[in-house]
Amino acid sequence: MSEKRGSGKLEITLPSDTEILMTRVFAAPRRLVFEAMTKAEYVRRWWCCMEGFTMTVCEIDLRVGGRYRYVTVGPHGEMAFNGVYHEIVPPERIVHSEFFEPHPDGLMVTMTLEERDGKTYYRSLLRAVSKEQRDGVIASGMESGADLALDHLEDVARSLDPAHRAAGASPVAIARG
Amino acid sequence: MNTERLDATFAALADPTRRAIVARLARGEASVLELAEPFAMSQPAISKHIKVLERAGLIARSRDAQRRPCRLVVAPLREATDWLERYREMWEARFQKLDNLLEELKEKENRHVRKTR
Repeated sequence: MSEKRGSGKLEITLPSDTEILMTRVFAAPRRLVFEAMTKAEYVRRWWCCMEGFTMTVCEIDLRVGGRYRYVTVGPHGEMAFNGVYHEIVPPERIVHSEFFEPHPDGLMVTMTLEERDGKTYYRSLLRAVSKEQRDGVIASGMESGADLALDHLEDVARSLDPAHRAAGASPVAIARG
Repeated sequence: MNTERLDATFAALADPTRRAIVARLARGEASVLELAEPFAMSQPAISKHIKVLERAGLIARSRDAQRRPCRLVVAPLREATDWLERYREMWEARFQKLDNLLEELKEKENRHVRKTR
């Protein structure tokens, strides 16, 4: 294989006013993808995606009517998600609700995994109760993304500090470091 | 972030014809007649779509010329795509970690298969 992982980038589209659709390819059989997405010991390894955040709770009761709860702690406090499994067909399909605490409205998530040539085609459709809620979900990414952007800005600001420049450091090099 | 403007942008872009118009204008300005050409639609129907895009601030029309060409206004479009892009980046960061974990699980499985053979 020319590319080591052979996995495609995540694509996100908005098929209607109340939906978000995510698709991505993983370079692994779907049996493994399903395990990595449903076993707490594995979810702990990837759910928490940003520097300075830690996952404090990761509970998964994988059966119809069972609950899950994920809690991460970051610089601005705690973020908690929970939901109930409505449908489980290992290793190809899960339907579950998703609540961002303490908001009363939840999303309904339908996740499907399809396997072709040893790769897994992931598809997740998030249905919101209203357009406002859907946009709010996307805005949550804006907030965490803004955190990342601010971190980067701090690096750049530091690199422009005269003390650094006196030391002969190139601003670009520091910003990248 | 101006949420009202974002709402207007997303609402305007929710329609496939209007997205096609935006895509066409991304290549350069065009008259209503030119925009109507690729669609099996009357000119008044296309004009209606153009008005929605105009109200959302996504396109502007020059006043002087007879043909009043439409052109794309890039700023609101960029704001809307940035918004979705940040959400995408957050999930992509997660999935890159998941990629690493999957590599590890595959290797573990391969080692196990070799041992039991």
